[in-house]
Amino acid sequence: MNRRDSLKSILLGSVATGLALNGCTSNVQKPDGLPKAEEGLLYGRTESEKLRDKKLFESVFFSEHELSTIAVLCDIILPKSEAYASATEADTAEFIAFIVKDIREHQTPLRGGVMWLDSFSNKLYNKEFIKCSEEEQFNICDQIAYPGKTKPELIQGEAFFTRLRNLTLTGYYTSKIGMEELGYKGNTPNVWDGVPDHILKKHGFEYEEAWLAKCVDQSKRGDIAQWDDEGNLIS
Amino acid sequence: MQIKEAPETFDIIIVGSGAGGGMATKILSEAGLNIAVIEAGPFFDPANPESRTQLKWSYESPRRGASTTRDFGDFDAAYGGWDIEGEPYTKKNGTKFDWFRSRMLGGRTNHWGRISLRFGPLDFKRKSLDGLGDDWPISYDDVKPYYDKVDKLIGVFGSNENLPNDPDGFFLPAPKPRLHEMYYIKGARNANVPVYPSRLSILTKAINNERGVCFYCSQCNRSCSAYADFSSGSCLIFPAQKSGGQIKLFTDSMVREVVTDDSGKATGVIFINKLDRKEYKLNARVIVLAASACSTARILLNSKSKTHKDGLGNSSGLVGKYLHDSTGSGRVAFVPDLMNRETYNEDGVGGMHVYTPWWGDNKKLNFPRGYHIEISGGLGMPAYGFGFNIDALNKFIGGNVGGYGNALRDDVKKFYGAMVGLSGRGESIPMESNYCEIDPDVVDEWGIPVLRFHYKWSKHEILQAKHMHDTFEEIIDGMGGHALGNKPTEDEEFGLLAPGRIIHEVGTTRMGNDPKRSVTNKYQQLHDADNVFVVDAGPFVSQADKNPTWTILALSWRTCDYIVSELKKQNI
Repeated sequence: MNRRDSLKSILLGSVATGLALNGCTSNVQKPDGLPKAEEGLLYGRTESEKLRDKKLFESVFFSEHELSTIAVLCDIILPKSEAYASATEADTAEFIAFIVKDIREHQTPLRGGVMWLDSFSNKLYNKEFIKCSEEEQFNICDQIAYPGKTKPELIQGEAFFTRLRNLTLTGYYTSKIGMEELGYKGNTPNVWDGVPDHILKKHGFEYEEAWLAKCVDQSKRGDIAQWDDEGNLIS
Repeated sequence: MQIKEAPETFDIIIVGSGAGGGMATKILSEAGLNIAVIEAGPFFDPANPESRTQLKWSYESPRRGASTTRDFGDFDAAYGGWDIEGEPYTKKNGTKFDWFRSRMLGGRTNHWGRISLRFGPLDFKRKSLDGLGDDWPISYDDVKPYYDKVDKLIGVFGSNENLPNDPDGFFLPAPKPRLHEMYYIKGARNANVPVYPSRLSILTKAINNERGVCFYCSQCNRSCSAYADFSSGSCLIFPAQKSGGQIKLFTDSMVREVVTDDSGKATGVIFINKLDRKEYKLNARVIVLAASACSTARILLNSKSKTHKDGLGNSSGLVGKYLHDSTGSGRVAFVPDLMNRETYNEDGVGGMHVYTPWWGDNKKLNFPRGYHIEISGGLGMPAYGFGFNIDALNKFIGGNVGGYGNALRDDVKKFYGAMVGLSGRGESIPMESNYCEIDPDVVDEWGIPVLRFHYKWSKHEILQAKHMHDTFEEIIDGMGGHALGNKPTEDEEFGLLAPGRIIHEVGTTRMGNDPKRSVTNKYQQLHDADNVFVVDAGPFVSQADKNPTWTILALSWRTCDYIVSELKKQNI
């Protein structure tokens, strides 16, 4: 599948068709464990919520050009490297295509932002942003990516880039790939028994005896609680 | 169209299935009574895989958990929210009041914070202490035996500290503090603010053979499929059904009014079945209202009859009056010492492992009453919004602001888990001028006249919020952190959240010995109709600097014992 087809699949609602952008912009396959197309909606929805999701998936906001531009920017913000996956490999453009339909206040700033970017690019290079060379694209981004250093006449571009950076980071680090990279280790049944000793120590802490005396003895967590008349736990 | 009337007469009708209604269902069914429970939302069991959100990953939601569909995010267990389509409420005179409703079996107990604090001896006698509001007609000693029983029945972890107004109980052992909570302990002690293990109704230890023990996913707001946290369905209603109680559940059924006879006694309720949009009448000897403080007030005010011209129980004119919520405000700190953390599973229980109960001496302060402090932070699961605040943090450490490329990845990891949130939750002064009433012009889609709110904070609450923020900054300094954002100013009422936001609304059917100055008596029985009881937070005379649920449960139990005794004596 070429890039054009894959973008189309997002525009048509990739969850419905089970196609994802990342399968085509790189050779990396969608990793196992990510919810598959049909499983994508199995997260405890009520009937009315299922209907709302369905309507959102079926609706289209971005044009193919807008989405292509956003995908390019996503991968400028979080590029592929030896160590890391790119933003689009983690379905970030797909996430942004969905979230603008769900959180509509993103719509005009992103649509207008893409248009602004193309106008700026036309002015500098006489072509749209995605037609620019990598070097030209970086030169444009450099002018709008650093709040505090942006020329006053380019502040609107900065606002667009900041919004897109936020959405890219959120989209990436809430994905399975991103959470693994971040080192998030929770959402797993476990018996939590405090901060690891070496980490406490590194931060200059240790648990006080008096405090620990009030804490759970995990070896007895399965013993049914019993108290004396004063409220002291005796089991 | 004729109202369909059920042929059988129940002993008891319970309206609402949250904390108060759930407890009533359990106690009254165990007494052998024949019970109808009427709930405005659908059936809900947290163990049902179809509706389960527990242990789902952010990426299983296409919006990554954002709060566009559900107000507290995609995985929160509340069906309903601040605004419910077809069920509006209105406000007048510039009032800001937000009303959170959960339409589901178990109500708001499915998603709440599980912070389970007994009221203390002082909390029942506030007028005697500072001259404001009113005393309760009961004291801590009246409720203590029921708090003890609730602790043992439902389970709450915590610690006995022998504090003057935060009573000891029968606690399960507490979880150890997380790393950011160790920083909080350090900061609070530096600011001379005490810290103790928190008190949450989560099972860190088995309490019986039916419910599971906490497996530390931190997701109590998603309602626990192992029943290891307190929800009304999993801990009260389902066990009551399993032990053979005569309980008939009417879900998706919205009560419009309580019906009374010519003598003024209640005979039943009329409800609308949301699925067929028809009206039904159920009859019973006793009506127990547990619809939530405001919904119960609405039902009473809509129950007008020849004998109850201004609404049932409203001869005092006080139904809906004295509405009050907890005060609330918060601040987030960035703690540089928590940067670049080694990650590990730090989910813990759903909520804080440590907290600060009110410690101040009001004689030395310019506001009455107090607040407790709740703590949040840690290495939580990223959800929508994660990564949005990096520029603000980089400014603190002189890092590069903005940019793109793989350096951003280092920023994200650098700041992950380096934030600590502090929230104050305090006691407001109940006032007759804060109230809900029936809007004369508006009905909901079920044809039921809706509530209209009128509410204004007084200087007491605003000054309390100022004290919260002063304290937050001292604690944040003490932990070596930076407070994010600007400290709220007087123009912003010092960051005091709008009433309703803390979802502790109480007081609309307050109890008292004088029928002219109260709606219910000390057994939460209407002065005007002795077979109607209120077991939600409506009868609270004052909402302490605690959370209301444990007191709702204890008082509901106490009222149910009274109902059983009065039925035996044939007094009702």
